[in-house]
Amino acid sequence: MLTEIVGKPVPRKEGRSKVTGAARYVDDLRMPGMLYGATVRSPVARGRIRSVTFGEGVPWDEFVVVTAKDIPGENAVALILLDQPYLASEFVNHAEEPILLLAHADKQLLERARRAVHVDIEPLPAVFTLADSLARTQTIWGEDNIFKSYLVDKGNVDEVWAQADLVVEGEYSTGAQEQLYIETNGVIAVANAEEGVTVWGSMQCPYYVHKALLKLFALPPERVRVVQCETGGGFGGKEEYPSMIGGHAALLSWKAGGRPVKIIYDRAEDMVATTKRHPSLTRHRTAVSRDGRLLGMEIEFVVDGGAYATLSAVVLSRGTIHAAGPYNCPNVRIRSRAVATNVPPHGAFRGFGAPQSIFALERQMDKVAAAVGLSPAEFRRRNFIRQGETTATGQVIREPVDMAGLLDRAFELTDYQAKRERFARENAAVGAGGVKRGIGFASFMHGAGFTGSGEDYLKSIVGAEADASGRVRILAASTEIGQGTNTIFAQIASDALGLNYDLVEMAQPDTGNVPDSGPTVASRTCMIVGRLVESAALGLRQTLQGAGLLADEYTEGDWREACRQYVERYGALKSFSQYKPPPGVRWDDEKYEGDAYGAFAWAVYVAEVSVDTLTYETRVDDFVAVQEVGKVVHPILAAGQIEGGVAQAIGFTLYENVVWQDGRMVNNGMTNYVMPTSVDLPPIRVHFEEQPYEYGPAGGAKGIGELPMDGGAPAILNAIEQATGVSFTHVPLMPEALMRGLSETT
Amino acid sequence: MTDSGLKVDVACTVNGARQTLRVHPLARLLDVLREDLGLTGTKEGCGEGECGACSVLVDGELVNSCLVPVLQVEGAEIKTIEGVSARGAELHAVQQAFIECGGAQCGICTPGMVLAAVSLLANIPQPTDADIRNGLAGNLCRCTGYMKIFDAVVRACERAGVKA
Ligand code: FES
Ligand code: FES
Repeated sequence: MLTEIVGKPVPRKEGRSKVTGAARYVDDLRMPGMLYGATVRSPVARGRIRSVTFGEGVPWDEFVVVTAKDIPGENAVALILLDQPYLASEFVNHAEEPILLLAHADKQLLERARRAVHVDIEPLPAVFTLADSLARTQTIWGEDNIFKSYLVDKGNVDEVWAQADLVVEGEYSTGAQEQLYIETNGVIAVANAEEGVTVWGSMQCPYYVHKALLKLFALPPERVRVVQCETGGGFGGKEEYPSMIGGHAALLSWKAGGRPVKIIYDRAEDMVATTKRHPSLTRHRTAVSRDGRLLGMEIEFVVDGGAYATLSAVVLSRGTIHAAGPYNCPNVRIRSRAVATNVPPHGAFRGFGAPQSIFALERQMDKVAAAVGLSPAEFRRRNFIRQGETTATGQVIREPVDMAGLLDRAFELTDYQAKRERFARENAAVGAGGVKRGIGFASFMHGAGFTGSGEDYLKSIVGAEADASGRVRILAASTEIGQGTNTIFAQIASDALGLNYDLVEMAQPDTGNVPDSGPTVASRTCMIVGRLVESAALGLRQTLQGAGLLADEYTEGDWREACRQYVERYGALKSFSQYKPPPGVRWDDEKYEGDAYGAFAWAVYVAEVSVDTLTYETRVDDFVAVQEVGKVVHPILAAGQIEGGVAQAIGFTLYENVVWQDGRMVNNGMTNYVMPTSVDLPPIRVHFEEQPYEYGPAGGAKGIGELPMDGGAPAILNAIEQATGVSFTHVPLMPEALMRGLSETT
Repeated sequence: MTDSGLKVDVACTVNGARQTLRVHPLARLLDVLREDLGLTGTKEGCGEGECGACSVLVDGELVNSCLVPVLQVEGAEIKTIEGVSARGAELHAVQQAFIECGGAQCGICTPGMVLAAVSLLANIPQPTDADIRNGLAGNLCRCTGYMKIFDAVVRACERAGVKA
């Protein structure tokens, strides 16, 4: 047996192809006879389509043109509800909604043609803000503009207000955020009645696209194939949208008799038309005792879902469950709603609703602490959840959890106490226009895997196969999108089998070849799917041992020989493993009560800032991220996940501002929507505590991908409050808002 | 690739090989590399000079190939990611360091980032932390938060034999 590979920084599986430029992304592929596709979109936010006219000077007979009438199956993107059309036919509900598709072999001519299509729309009154949607200035979706609502009710909140020594209220909001993967959305499709439909593309969830195409073309599963190409980042932005663009390319190819059609969005189109993080509004009402114990929390959480339901119900769910954080509070009521507006549908983005509700909570916790006269740290210490206590949904925390320990560690690494005192002293002496400094933190948790019974419904499957030479391939639809799926799965499988890391590889996610291991979302890949990888790999060994070809103890040579003999005698050597919930998990979907997640990652993040009161520029000078994520499978990849997530959180907090005009993003370019560059970010210092999770793979791994998005915004605004004395309640906090806030108080 | 049909010859050297390209004079160098020469390691992230995914070296200078009309490279020497290490040969120290340090996640920014790092080390063999940050400021990465990329540059310059 080899020494353990889990926990070691082995080279990333596809590292070499990425650093040499050999890795092939979808736009790097070309097929003979290939056409390019383009999308004609709505110029207005809401209205009735009167006519579509094709302008002069374009050889229209050379073009493939697809409208809603050409759709062979159902004109709806199958996800949760079927309310979003592939192509609008009568009404449009948001700016940039797809109406018509064009394809041609000449890209320049295609672009000219796209501009020459004129869509005449009779405008209807639209709703652009969450507040207007709630107020129902117009009813634009269903009967009440509400996609989904939840109620979490623990204890009896109504009784606490009278007993409380103090009641503290607060209102917080967050803006939209663009995922800004550096590779835009893109696909190639080949589709015709004889061969069925095949789509290659940049995506997170091949089986989501597969499901959507079945409906769109009314085809049986075996006639549709979806293949993931190397994917240049997703962060949630390629969870649902590939179903749309994949369907579009396939419709064009179908109409063109099966000629390959490639659609690659340019940056402007990707930013203006595809999904973003849900804007949110949260109201808190918190009851505390004089000695700083949380008695009750009433939380109202609303997210703006945009024009169609898409994933809003599940984004809302995660945001709701995380809204009360890692605190022990006997009485909690959370009411949440996802509402419709006439903007392009908001969608998945790392954290999935949790960064929004956690931002509100961790600002509110600082406010409550100040109200009871305790430091932010001491107040939280008195209320941190401990093993055996329950979350807002009544989930008993069975694993050991030590939030206070994480806080201590984070404070030690940042010298928090001393800095907090020093900044307070120094800021008092800083004159008008000077630079003020602050340090702040946030404490939070993030659940791994699908919420509640979600994993039960998914019933994910992973396969493993070995060939006659003993090489092992993992068969899963879980995608490598930069986070390291290929590498950690190979580590997990090679450790399970005691084989060399180089002997294990991942099959390309291709629905024609791999089982459905579920979507690559929700921090589930390592913890949920990784566990299936482990047991599928072990199944290979059991098969060989059952056939009498392999002893309990074996060398790599024995393994190869056993595989050779097995394959010779019986043909293929394969093993499959399907998800089963850990014992004792209970969830009530009606009451929204019970075990919301198999496991949580726990964290305390500390940010240090300086605020220039002359230029109103804020810089994050230092950032420390301390977290407990179970067993760390790959220290470099894991730290890379945290650093990347923190960088996105800093962008969300201080840099990335989506500017809306009549329901349309107007700063849809990288020149005017600004993400952090290498000179903007502080050192991001990452520290892991490892508390193995009993049901995680590889000796106890949990989820990690989304966690680092959660804590940055509140930690930074808490630090800015120390620096400026002003409590800001909205992110992104742009210099203009900072200026307004500071001038109001002076 | 254009509907005007007007084409000119542009002679240049790409990754050490002399080329005469028959191209539309206003074609972007990025498209010529990717489509005419099949050098798809050079990526397009924005098409407006912001992201650096399309970075290549032209006469040793780091440029955004999405902003360069191909006419401008007449007589020039161009190096793309495919030319950083010779085919089949050992990786360049920067490439090796990117693998070891986790400098590539999704990899879409990586070719441009590697070229930016190669160019930085050619100009400043022993860069300070600030030099590294400034040297890479034209190349956006959404995955890594840059920390592991900085580590990779430091590791590469610790090794001998770093040259563009
Ligand atoms: S594609 Fe050239 S700088 Fe972004
Ligand atoms: S590694 Fe994905 S953008 Fe840099």
